[in-house]
Amino acid sequence: MENLRLSFQGIWSHKLRSFLTMLGIIIGIAAIIAIVSTIKGTNEQIKDNLIGAGDNVVHVQIYDGDWTYTSGNGSSLSGVPMIDDELMTLILDIDEVAKASAYRTGYVMEGVYYQKNSAQGGTIYGIDDNYFDVEGYSLVSGRSFTEDDRSNNKKMIIMDETAAETLFNNENPVGKSVEINKEVFTVVGVVSETDKFEPVVKDINEWYTYYGQDSQGKFFVPDNMWPMLYGFDEPYNVVLKATRTEDMTDAGKKTAELLNSRIVGYSAEPSQEGTTQNAKYKGEDLMQKTKELQDLSNATSKQLIWIAGISLIVGGIGVMNIMLVSVTERTREIGLKKALGARKKVILGQFLTEAAVLTSLGGILGVGAGIGLAYIVSDVASVPVAISGSAIAISVVFSMVIGIIFGFIPSVKAANLNPIDALRYE
Amino acid sequence: MILEMSNIYKTYLQGNMEVPVLKDINFSVEEGEYVAIMGPSGSGKSTLMNIIGCLDQATSGTYILDGKAIENYSDKELAKVRNEYIGFVFQTFNLLPKQSALDNVALPLQYAGVPRRYRKERCIEALSLVGLEDRVNFKPTQLSGGQKQRVAIARAMINKPKILLADEPTGALDSKSGVQVMELFSELHKQGITIIMITHSDEIASYADRVIKIVDGQILDEHNHIASQYDDIEREKYETDAQDYGDSDASDKEV
Repeated sequence: MENLRLSFQGIWSHKLRSFLTMLGIIIGIAAIIAIVSTIKGTNEQIKDNLIGAGDNVVHVQIYDGDWTYTSGNGSSLSGVPMIDDELMTLILDIDEVAKASAYRTGYVMEGVYYQKNSAQGGTIYGIDDNYFDVEGYSLVSGRSFTEDDRSNNKKMIIMDETAAETLFNNENPVGKSVEINKEVFTVVGVVSETDKFEPVVKDINEWYTYYGQDSQGKFFVPDNMWPMLYGFDEPYNVVLKATRTEDMTDAGKKTAELLNSRIVGYSAEPSQEGTTQNAKYKGEDLMQKTKELQDLSNATSKQLIWIAGISLIVGGIGVMNIMLVSVTERTREIGLKKALGARKKVILGQFLTEAAVLTSLGGILGVGAGIGLAYIVSDVASVPVAISGSAIAISVVFSMVIGIIFGFIPSVKAANLNPIDALRYE
Repeated sequence: MILEMSNIYKTYLQGNMEVPVLKDINFSVEEGEYVAIMGPSGSGKSTLMNIIGCLDQATSGTYILDGKAIENYSDKELAKVRNEYIGFVFQTFNLLPKQSALDNVALPLQYAGVPRRYRKERCIEALSLVGLEDRVNFKPTQLSGGQKQRVAIARAMINKPKILLADEPTGALDSKSGVQVMELFSELHKQGITIIMITHSDEIASYADRVIKIVDGQILDEHNHIASQYDDIEREKYETDAQDYGDSDASDKEV
């Protein structure tokens, strides 16, 4: 405590010198904080882009070999069980799964027609009652499917806003009829994504990553319409809502394992020549994908941190230099203190504390400057910024450690001064 | 006997040459005595002071302080001795310029491990004993030379040392302040503190009970200051008188 007070007095009485000494540390720490904040910002952006706005939605899709299976593209899968109430209960029993819904997807090869308008390349979804809730859609107009629609096999359809726009321009689609695969469906509602997440997109590759599908809009029919549209009870996909973001990967994996165990002839080993069963469920692993992208951006930035670290060493040498000057200047003071009974330990502690306080102050100022720098960089280069609390704490502690390391030699020199020589020093 | 030195030698190395500074110093000081050490520049009186003050150690010989031989003490033990037994007063005061009188006086208490909350009261008490109770929060730059030296004396006395060791305590003061400081010393002496003081002024030395003269690293001549007033013949006469009267001081001369 005594030493702290003395240190601040000493630093304050040489303001300019102390500031110049700290400058090396300030610049080094500022550079590191700015780099770390930018990396963290970029990483969080990658995560947000892939995982979405924290809605924890995971898709477990049926694959045919390496490709996701979609009804209506000519191939078919056998031995894949339907997802009935019993199987759905087992899925919901998985700890990491909060909500689940089964759905099927299909191409509409000939398109969807309304009078002379058509939507080409859209995707049609056969959905159960929970789908909109799990996937995060809400009704914009009209109504959802009713029990009556399902039990009487009524040909009702709901579309998203993109599809409504394509087919109906500014007309209200509700109550109108559209044609799919020569079947006529009545539009009962229009939905939109509740929390429409807008990924930050910087180039065309990212656009494909985030927007590649569904550009033509989505159509939804009750899942029991499937045999009418595609002739068979095709395999289902599952969409899950994980209990927590960290559980997304596990939720997907466990659900996929459960479903795979029901596929006739499924083996966990990669399919060999001659095996007939190509069907398998795979949970999308967004966390994994996020991590891969983040690792890439981290690798380049780590080198930058090392370079910034060099400036900290230079700053530390500056601190050592000025502490040596300070010890020489205060030789008489040291001699006096020793004459009055100060032990080596006391003198050592005083100078070490002063060095550590000096560099810690530098570290704190550096953190401030670094945060400022990060925001300037983010403004100029439109890079996202996220301030990392742990980086700030580590920086301040690290600058303190630099003070102790580089202050050690001057402090030992001070502590070992001979009191007589020190008192005689002019 | 508070302090006893026998056969003290001190030699400094200058390059390869050994330079003897103190040669066979023998003397002792009783508790409560007031001793002045006099000698010209380079006579070794400062080196002797440093050894008495445990700032330096003799090359050979025995130094017994308060019954303990201290020649094999470690740095740590010497620091403790300086802190507890000895109060230093310097010619140029050696106050920390950026700290208040109070903080300066508190330094020895800090090194003695006295908790902060107990220091203030003791320091104010010490400062009022030297007549500076109204200057407690002044910085040395705001004090006169005499006041600075009195702060230094308060600092020297704060740990209630056995010996007050003063190196030219009036050397940087005008005569009026010098007299005030010497009166303060006499006051402390009356209270029973042992005082050892270096000076080159006969006038200042006259305040002491006893004067030790050093020339070329040897004690030339030891006598009480009354004797120093006389010339050689008169001194012989005085010594004869002293023997006649059985003056107890005479025994000191033999040491």
